[in-house]
Amino acid sequence: MQYQSQSVAKLYFMAAIGLFLAQVLFGLIMGLQYVMGDFLFPEIPFNVARMVHTNSLIVWLLMGFMGAAYYLVPEESQRELYSPKLAVLMFWVFLVAAALTVIGYLSVPYATLAQITGNDLLPTMGREFLEQPTITKIGIVVVALAFLYNIGMTVLTGRKTVVTIVLLTGLVGLAVFFLFSFYNPDNLVKDKYYWWFVVHLWVEGVWELILASILAFVLIKVTGVDREVIEKWLYVIIAMALITGIIGTGHHFYWIGAPGYWQWWGSIFSALEPIPFFIMTLFAFNVINKRKREHPNKAAVLWAMGTAVLAFLGAGVWGFLHTLAPVNYYTHGSQITAAHGHMAFFGAYVMVVLTIISFAWPLMHGQQAKSNAKQVLEMWSFWLMSVSMVFITLFLTGAGILQVYLQRYSDVPQAFMVVQEKISLFYWMREVSGLVFLVGVILFILSFLPERKVQAA
Amino acid sequence: MQEVFTKSMARNIYYGGSAFFLLLFLALTFDTHQAWPARDNHQNLTEQVAAGKRLWERNNCIGCHTLLGEGAYFAPELGNVYKRFGENKEAIKAFIRSRPVEGIPGRRSMPQFNFTDAELDEIVEFLKYTSEINTENWPPNIQG
Repeated sequence: MQYQSQSVAKLYFMAAIGLFLAQVLFGLIMGLQYVMGDFLFPEIPFNVARMVHTNSLIVWLLMGFMGAAYYLVPEESQRELYSPKLAVLMFWVFLVAAALTVIGYLSVPYATLAQITGNDLLPTMGREFLEQPTITKIGIVVVALAFLYNIGMTVLTGRKTVVTIVLLTGLVGLAVFFLFSFYNPDNLVKDKYYWWFVVHLWVEGVWELILASILAFVLIKVTGVDREVIEKWLYVIIAMALITGIIGTGHHFYWIGAPGYWQWWGSIFSALEPIPFFIMTLFAFNVINKRKREHPNKAAVLWAMGTAVLAFLGAGVWGFLHTLAPVNYYTHGSQITAAHGHMAFFGAYVMVVLTIISFAWPLMHGQQAKSNAKQVLEMWSFWLMSVSMVFITLFLTGAGILQVYLQRYSDVPQAFMVVQEKISLFYWMREVSGLVFLVGVILFILSFLPERKVQAA
Repeated sequence: MQEVFTKSMARNIYYGGSAFFLLLFLALTFDTHQAWPARDNHQNLTEQVAAGKRLWERNNCIGCHTLLGEGAYFAPELGNVYKRFGENKEAIKAFIRSRPVEGIPGRRSMPQFNFTDAELDEIVEFLKYTSEINTENWPPNIQG
């Protein structure tokens, strides 16, 4: 760590991992509710567990991105952070807002939460992933603006690199597209159409800029490969991401009341969406092969390679699997969608945040890398999480194929709940895989605890 | 490689390509707006339907169900539930009304929301309106 102010990232990384653990625990609750329908009912109904699961994911990834930015921007810009105090203040605002929101989800019925927080004044709640009370959404905007101001001032008054400019572009896009979450017309078709301006243009648009720039930063550091080479790769990746991903939004417009031509636009462009992820895989392996130094943090290098591979599999391959309109006609809104969602989010965004944490955490504690034993533990967590996520995805895909066949494809389509019972074996297997994933998360946390505590234990 | 394909070429493709496709996307969005009046069933978007949508949101129905295939995959698709229930509004209302407060042992169950009669009318009208949107014949059959 070259600049003192980089250390504000610690707070963000700690909170991110705490929320990651919460996310996985609530995922396990939901997984059990899939096979034991009355589990925790009516205290924590499925929809509440799901809000905690998805919202804590979003918040901890945002925390991870912010932590990554606070860590890497001073180093790239070759100056201290514009205002470390603002960064710390915004951390607490964000954490308290997130905590209050989760407490709200768990302690009162959702309708009561909507009433307390004045949803009637500006109704934005009750839409998938955007369940947060309107006041929380406003809080997110405030935090994002303060964050962008802080990072923007640091970037613009320091050394400008391709990494920081791309990162800043992605972060600005993230904030801009979030504003569509405040648009909630009575017309369901318009509501759904513009809802994707947040969701798709985040995860298949500007977030890919953030992902690629964080990965590029880590690869510059761990491989010692010439910055010029890495920056060229970075431009190619993000160019392909936006060229395919923007019109690729159309793959969400097939069946929600938008014109039929979106089936063509969406199918063709989203069929190309795996390309940037494939280039990212080539990029990571290529520069690691051509590395000019052996970085002592082998775990971080492993995470970087894992990100490139699983992002391609989850976002690229599993995305392509059901993106063509004639296929999607049958798979839309089935367990196939869930399968893709899990591996794509894990491979692309969870793993890149774990990569930067793995890389930066030891440096913020005055060492290049953790001890060998700790790194071995961390690599175990890598393999447990990665392999169990592959199995979660495969089991959900199996469930999805059967679901689609029994409910939508066969000559005698069966009712939703009838089909759900028939495929419960796959849900059980998914739950077991989820438990292995939890072990992976716990090992990850253990591998970052201070050295002496482990010796005492 | 270094000479044939330079960093500035990559950068120009990024800026040019992104700008071009963003503009194309906006143009297609504009055209979509022109096409909606014939497809989005807005002529049936009454005050009651709008109130039903708010009710739908206020109770986070999307947290278990899908609506036009979007949402959670824990409970049945509701975009076509009006048709699945034989266009019988009373049957849908009776189903919602009859959910047991403590759930059903061992099974998934919809919570009891204690809706008023007026609210039940609103949610049903919203589901009816939704089922009449032109969705390019999705879902493939009545089971959703």
